[in-house]
Amino acid sequence: MTAPTMDANSLNAAEAPQTAGTKRRGYWSTVWERLRRDPITIGCATIILLILLAAIFAPLIAPHDPYKTSMLKRLAPIGSANFLLGTDELGRDMLSRLIYGGRVSLFTAIAPVFGALMVGGTLGILAGFLGGRVNMIIMRTMDVLYAFPSILLAIAISGALGSGIVNAVISLTLIFTPPICRVAETVTTQVRNLDFVQAARATPASTGRILRVHILGNVLGPILIYASSLVSVSIIVASGLSFLGLGVSPPEADWGLMLNTLRQSIYVAPLNAALPGVMIFITGFCFNLMSDGLRAAMDVKL
Amino acid sequence: MLFYVLKRLIYTIPIALGVSVICFALVHIGPGDPLSTLLPEDAPQDVVDRLKAEYGLDKPLAIQYFVWLGKVATGDFGISIVTSRSVLGEVLPALLNSIILAVGASILGFLIGIILGGLAGFFHGRPADRIFTGIAITGVSVPHYWLAIVLVIIFAVELPWLPSLGMNMSGSTDFSFSLENFRHMVLPVIALSVIPAGIVTRTVRGAVAELLNQEFVEALRAKGMSEARIVRHVAKNAAPQVLAVMGLQMGYLLGGSILIETVFAWPGTGLLLNNAIFSRDIPLLQGTILVLALIFVALNLLVDVTQVTLDPRIKR
Repeated sequence: MTAPTMDANSLNAAEAPQTAGTKRRGYWSTVWERLRRDPITIGCATIILLILLAAIFAPLIAPHDPYKTSMLKRLAPIGSANFLLGTDELGRDMLSRLIYGGRVSLFTAIAPVFGALMVGGTLGILAGFLGGRVNMIIMRTMDVLYAFPSILLAIAISGALGSGIVNAVISLTLIFTPPICRVAETVTTQVRNLDFVQAARATPASTGRILRVHILGNVLGPILIYASSLVSVSIIVASGLSFLGLGVSPPEADWGLMLNTLRQSIYVAPLNAALPGVMIFITGFCFNLMSDGLRAAMDVKL
Repeated sequence: MLFYVLKRLIYTIPIALGVSVICFALVHIGPGDPLSTLLPEDAPQDVVDRLKAEYGLDKPLAIQYFVWLGKVATGDFGISIVTSRSVLGEVLPALLNSIILAVGASILGFLIGIILGGLAGFFHGRPADRIFTGIAITGVSVPHYWLAIVLVIIFAVELPWLPSLGMNMSGSTDFSFSLENFRHMVLPVIALSVIPAGIVTRTVRGAVAELLNQEFVEALRAKGMSEARIVRHVAKNAAPQVLAVMGLQMGYLLGGSILIETVFAWPGTGLLLNNAIFSRDIPLLQGTILVLALIFVALNLLVDVTQVTLDPRIKR
């Protein structure tokens, strides 16, 4: 067994039954055992995977061209022949647009959390590991970003930078960095003060090695779990930005933008107008439940 | 206690300054010159230079910041480019309208959260808990701007019960305590309340479930105290933590209402921000954000102080 998993065990093995006769299981196989018996988490993960795959393979799956407009077929009701989920205000196939829309929507939801994980995670681990003045500078800077309600900050920065995917991702990355940094700092500080890290310091192990093997191995799990719980917030805020017109521009397909452009049609085709929001809701809901399930399975307390 | 309040108050100063730096930066991170919205593209260079000097834009950024900060400190938040009125004159009436929505949504959301969360915590692990927790997760996962549209579809389009736009029929932006204004409030308040309701439910559930597990509750039971009085003990102990979450949520409601105000054309700070963004009225954007962020900072301070007053053990 390699060192990192050993360390992970030392933190999480408390509940693993060690009575005589039971086989000692590794940490990850314990996690997998728990997940397997959790239909809700598995179900949510499957739905997310399906939405992701549909977005990736959109050109193969989508029944129609998502950009082909038709003045004659505007706002066809859900369940029409040829258009399973109806058409939008310009006569474009809703199902195809929802499938294609997943590309931008999921990207603008996941990329910022990933970016914030890189920036905030690194800063937080450094702050926790180094402590002292570095910690103070990093954490007080984060406090300033915390002083804004997060949606407000995202809208302010996007609004000042102007609309577009890149600007939306930048502004969202900035609002997810402080919470991830704070969690990373907290868990790193906790791990740093554990006995085995102190023991490792007494050995000739280099600082880099201690950081890599003993710290990273133990803090990455909780940080990743926390980040995964942010994706459900991210999809709502990211789609909210494009709903306001701060994301992609028409005719690009994106759930938030579709919700916005279909708003004018709520009197004619209310069900069509509500569809893109259903996608945002399902995605957010599944990410939420999945990260709760993962947290329970990995026995992480935040 | 007094020392703590003082310490916390002093700590607020660097935070507020940091907030002002970010708000100041908003003007300069955007594409193009801050003057580009004022001037035609082919404006002669000497006019551009003269205007720059007039607005102080020819000076180094650091000096511009301090000049701006000095003005802000005396209540001069600049002039809106579009309406030519003072930014503060635009923001304050809108702020009042946003506060009205936020207060309404807080009352509704917190009430739902306390009831559902309390029940879920009390029946921890039982079916009731699962149902209420499911409702809470739905509340935090639902895109509230979508819910707003769905509410409009149901209660304004399909069933013509409630108005879907604005604050009243006359189009006035001054709130008054009339039935008409309250009818216009119903849908936005419901749409805004789902997120705080979900979050408060989760917080209350966690706090109640944890407290019920503690030994002092066992002791109270052993003493023969009635469940109703035990609930009172638990509520008292859960209060500081729950109040802290509520305080933050109220700030989020105020700052995050832009989407809801846009859907319902409610004349608050959110709609103001939306207009400022799309007319590229950067001084108005900056001023609105600064006012909202400073309120949020003050709210945080208030929450911390209240929390310590209720439970002195929290003092850090």
